[in-house]
Amino acid sequence: MEWETVIGLEVHVSLSTKSKLFSGSSTQFGAEPNTQASIFDIALPGTLPVLNEEALRMAVRFGVAIGAEIGKRSVFDRKNYFYPDLPKGYQVTQLDYPTVGKGSLTVTLDDGSEKTIGVTRAHIEENAGKSLHEEFNGMSGIDLNRAGEPLLEIVSEPEITSAEEAVAYLKKLHTIIRYLDISDAIMAQGSMRCDVNVSIRRKGKTELGTRTEIKNINSFRFVEKAIHSEVRRQQELIEDGGQVIQETRRYNADRDETTSMRSKEVANDYRYFPEPDLLPVVIDDEYIAAVKAQLPELPDAKKARFTAEYALSEYDAGVLVSSREMAEYFEIVARQSGDAKLAANWVSQDLLGLLNKNNWDITESPIEAEQLANLILRIKDNTISGKIAKTVFETMLEEKSSVDEIIEAKGLKQVTDSGEIEKLVDEVIANNPDQVQQFKEGKQQVIGFLVGQCMQLSKGKANPAQVNELLREKMQ
Amino acid sequence: MALDKSEVEKIAHLARLHVSDSEAEEVTTRITDILALIDQMQSVDTDSVEPLAHPLDVVQRLRVDQVTEENQRDQLQKLAPNSQDGLYLVPQVME
Repeated sequence: MEWETVIGLEVHVSLSTKSKLFSGSSTQFGAEPNTQASIFDIALPGTLPVLNEEALRMAVRFGVAIGAEIGKRSVFDRKNYFYPDLPKGYQVTQLDYPTVGKGSLTVTLDDGSEKTIGVTRAHIEENAGKSLHEEFNGMSGIDLNRAGEPLLEIVSEPEITSAEEAVAYLKKLHTIIRYLDISDAIMAQGSMRCDVNVSIRRKGKTELGTRTEIKNINSFRFVEKAIHSEVRRQQELIEDGGQVIQETRRYNADRDETTSMRSKEVANDYRYFPEPDLLPVVIDDEYIAAVKAQLPELPDAKKARFTAEYALSEYDAGVLVSSREMAEYFEIVARQSGDAKLAANWVSQDLLGLLNKNNWDITESPIEAEQLANLILRIKDNTISGKIAKTVFETMLEEKSSVDEIIEAKGLKQVTDSGEIEKLVDEVIANNPDQVQQFKEGKQQVIGFLVGQCMQLSKGKANPAQVNELLREKMQ
Repeated sequence: MALDKSEVEKIAHLARLHVSDSEAEEVTTRITDILALIDQMQSVDTDSVEPLAHPLDVVQRLRVDQVTEENQRDQLQKLAPNSQDGLYLVPQVME
């Protein structure tokens, strides 16, 4: 039996303002418990909220970046529920009039095809505090530092049809948010969290099946695995004659399965109503235009420019624009070395390989863009071969010396002196009479072997193009 | 629309209120009266009226993104029934 999967994602992003959404408390990460929880944040009676203008600006910035309708009049509502890490007894959020309305994201899938996924809305809301359940003699410990920090909840349309698309959407969202500099969006640290709504239906049907919601998944890989596992569960359930019930589930990575958290039927009725302590937030076209004018070049535009301006492949350009810092690094290398293709190869292969191996971010790269550009310049002016350049690259990791100093100190300079190369070539021809004979009889590919012998003899320092040319000349 | 007692119990649970059996009947009558009033309001034709989020015709003022609060943990935790290691302690809650 053929099934179709329907997925909708709710992504919470922690906005990187200095102060909280409605109070002047710091949002600095890692502070001692409750040292950033003011009288407003702990909900003492008589305290009132005042909206942070930067949180609003960041939400609008996201909205214009994804081409969304911007709510010129947004309204905050109270979502009521009882939990000790929510001292007011309600979360302030936006129900009917969010700041960001309908927009969309275009993602590139593994096979190179593109898909546009609708964003239903993105609304501003406040975060809750943290509950710690251990080591307090049967009590729970509450830290309210995080309570009241600004979040942007981004809700997708149920237009995602596979785990692969879900991950591509999340990664694209992550990249855009990082480009916009509105959040660190680090899933492992909770500054980007994802809830996944999954349902399945018979292929060809149009009405949606009953969905389940998998809460708080904290890595791209787990999103993918959780979807696979939940789809499998729903299929088996239905094929065995059962029914999916609408409920919240949790993904257990160790056992690769989802388990029920609570059923929505008995879940809270949130009793939403407009927040009487806050007035409607009104912005005008001028405000939106000003935010738009300050947008950086976004990943799609950058990718298009890289393929046009530097003649890079779609794939290379895609890798290089995956973070703003990586793109900036590449552009410095490309401009200073004057060879975009070599720059793209070195950044996306050698450098990225090195960074991944050590789990470093591009901003932590031990090799600066200017140094890498110098290395490429030395390949281009034939001071060193591409192969020797790899040795220099390795050495640059260990030593703070410049490219030229390393080449000099290690005697890596390429041999371009035709006299020396002639000596190498003569020696190789003398030592390999069989291969020389084969070449003369028309077996062209033997040249590769002979060039290799010359390179070995020179310890990689001979200029391979010159060797090739001279070998052919001598064997005519 | 009339409420029955079980619905009142559910509402009381959501609001974390304890309503005794003897009170339940009166509460049920009063909530039913309120709902009747809402029914009456619902019958008014409001098609041409813009929804209103707030009765005042003013808009929200915004605050500059600056840290203006200081750490007052010690004073604030004196108000709490129980605290330890800087955390507020509450009866155990688990989902």
